[in-house]
Amino acid sequence: MARFLVRRLIGAIAVLFAISVLVFLIFNVVPATNPAQRIAGKNATPQLIKNVEEEWGFNKSLPAQYWTQMKLIFTGKVVSYNSHINIDKRILEGIPATASLCIGAAIIWLSFGILFGYLSAIRAGGLTDRVLTVVALIGISMPVFWLASILLYYFTYKIELFPPSGYKPLSEPREWFSHLILPWITLAVLFVGFYSRVLRSSMLDVMNEDYVRTARAKGLSSRRVMTRHVLRNSLIPIVTLFGLDFGAVIGGGAIVTEYMFNIEGVGLFTAEALKQQDFPSIMAVAIFGAFFIVLFNTLVDVAYAYLDPRIRLGTAAA
Amino acid sequence: MPPEFDNPGTGAPVPTGAGAPEAGLGLEADGTRIIAADGGDGRQGAGPWTIAWRRLRRDKMALFALTVFLLIVACCLLAPVWANHVAHTGPNTTHTLEKLHEGSETKEVVEPSGKAIGPQFFAAGGRFFLGADGHLGRDEMVRLLYGGRASLFIGITAAVITTILAVVLGLLAGYYGGWADAIISRALDVIWSFPVVLLGIALGIALAVGGLQIGPIHLKSSSLWIPTLIIGFVTTPYMARPLRGEVLGLREKEFIEAAVAQGASAWRIMFVELLPNMVSTIIVFFTLNIANNMLLEATLSFLGAGVQPPNSSWGTMISEGFEALYSQPILTIIPGTAILLTVLSVNVFGDGLRDALDPKSKVRYEARAGTTAAEPEGV
Repeated sequence: MARFLVRRLIGAIAVLFAISVLVFLIFNVVPATNPAQRIAGKNATPQLIKNVEEEWGFNKSLPAQYWTQMKLIFTGKVVSYNSHINIDKRILEGIPATASLCIGAAIIWLSFGILFGYLSAIRAGGLTDRVLTVVALIGISMPVFWLASILLYYFTYKIELFPPSGYKPLSEPREWFSHLILPWITLAVLFVGFYSRVLRSSMLDVMNEDYVRTARAKGLSSRRVMTRHVLRNSLIPIVTLFGLDFGAVIGGGAIVTEYMFNIEGVGLFTAEALKQQDFPSIMAVAIFGAFFIVLFNTLVDVAYAYLDPRIRLGTAAA
Repeated sequence: MPPEFDNPGTGAPVPTGAGAPEAGLGLEADGTRIIAADGGDGRQGAGPWTIAWRRLRRDKMALFALTVFLLIVACCLLAPVWANHVAHTGPNTTHTLEKLHEGSETKEVVEPSGKAIGPQFFAAGGRFFLGADGHLGRDEMVRLLYGGRASLFIGITAAVITTILAVVLGLLAGYYGGWADAIISRALDVIWSFPVVLLGIALGIALAVGGLQIGPIHLKSSSLWIPTLIIGFVTTPYMARPLRGEVLGLREKEFIEAAVAQGASAWRIMFVELLPNMVSTIIVFFTLNIANNMLLEATLSFLGAGVQPPNSSWGTMISEGFEALYSQPILTIIPGTAILLTVLSVNVFGDGLRDALDPKSKVRYEARAGTTAAEPEGV
């Protein structure tokens, strides 16, 4: 276990380093314009551009530039030149709202994804299965903003069932909940469709296993076979996917949902920075978002290795 | 392996070896003959492509989806016809101060309050069929058709780019193994651990200001190629990783061993022996990739990191329409529905295609559905 941990940690650190280099390259080397001017923002004066050049190290070599910029971002000194706010602080402030949105949505998408996948698999080929398959396909094909617009228009404007968009802190639980229901549904729909399809095909695979036949042969009820043997063993791909998706949603997948429902989290901050082409903010969000995902994936892997010895012994890791 | 090759009289490897230069297709022809001899049910043996086509033809939903998709493509291709002969306007032409004459009635295209005219259908001879888009008074239908061209172009071209990159990387990594595999796989891992949307917007916004310089070619920031290249690049790992896995499996098969024994070059083994055996997987991935690309394009454009104004794509149209969601929800819902329909039709067709091309999934499905598998198995 210790060896696995060390190996996994070294891998994670290497990926983190590669990601920071990739982000650095995207913002500094790939574009064909003066980077200092882009970072200083749209309405920059020549003096400001010169200051930025100094502060971000654009007059130095590329590795020195990389070092200066990462130091700015990781010591919390990076400031937006449009709004003059500290970016790292703003990201930290946005985390409770983003976490509320993502955790709630994750609970919805896991429960409904598993429920629909299960129903679909035990009635494979039947009417329920076919209806759920179509529903799942619509779910994956639905653009987030389309669903969000329709929900916003009907439920907050036409029939006023829910309060208008915005975010209320957890200290007012009722308000918090009613403001988040629509965003939760919006964010969850895509994953419900996706997870139910994955679970369905995984369950159909498991149903053909020998131990399922054994379970039936020893006289277990069909329901018990399905829940105790088939479902439990089919959940492995779902757990893997969940680790990846949850990290991805927190690390940047909720941008559109937060923007449409005006939830003041990291995503809304990113969307606003994008509209204003505020480069330092986007750079910081990209790095922190990707870092969060790598950390989360590493944690999931470690949890797996703890649960399943085959992984830490290297049979599945390769 | 070597002893069998030294003694051609011992059967099995020889026919395989003889068929190998013709790659997958040669093997399929062999398989057909065996089935025709064994079957005895009076049915002509058929190659896997014929079987797949037969399955697809029976899948009414997939065919319907394909028809819908082709209709959407045809409509978007005919955008200039509609613009010139029916609507008499261009996608970026503003009509802010114009009035519309419908019989005895006269309507303003944009009211002084800033509210634009709603759908007129054929009341004004096809002008403003779906109304105008907000305070600029541009014809929504014309913009929808031209926007569809941009969205479809990006979706399909990016899928082509992804496919080429993924096939080459997957073959190199899977076939060579060793350090080539290590470098390619780690590079893919890094891109993969980056959320697609975040990587897309980072690249999109970095290139949206100054454009992109690739050697002598300069792409302007308004060029459609920028979002296309970005999307093609960021979705590559999702296709290259499974393809690499498939190459790893195929590499151990006898026909590759036979090709190696014949002295085939690495290039030949990769592109003449391995590639034809991966075609069905590639086709399915390509189709589903188009659907994903279109959603990603819409998201990037919506956030301002994709197609740049004044060009219209379905994503930019939603972004513009969303500003007036409560006064004119139709401006958000029309382009959103267009994306939903297109992506849904591609996804349904891709699903049918996968069932048709992958016998395993079909056999399993039919077994569960209680119908007898009519096709010869094991092809």
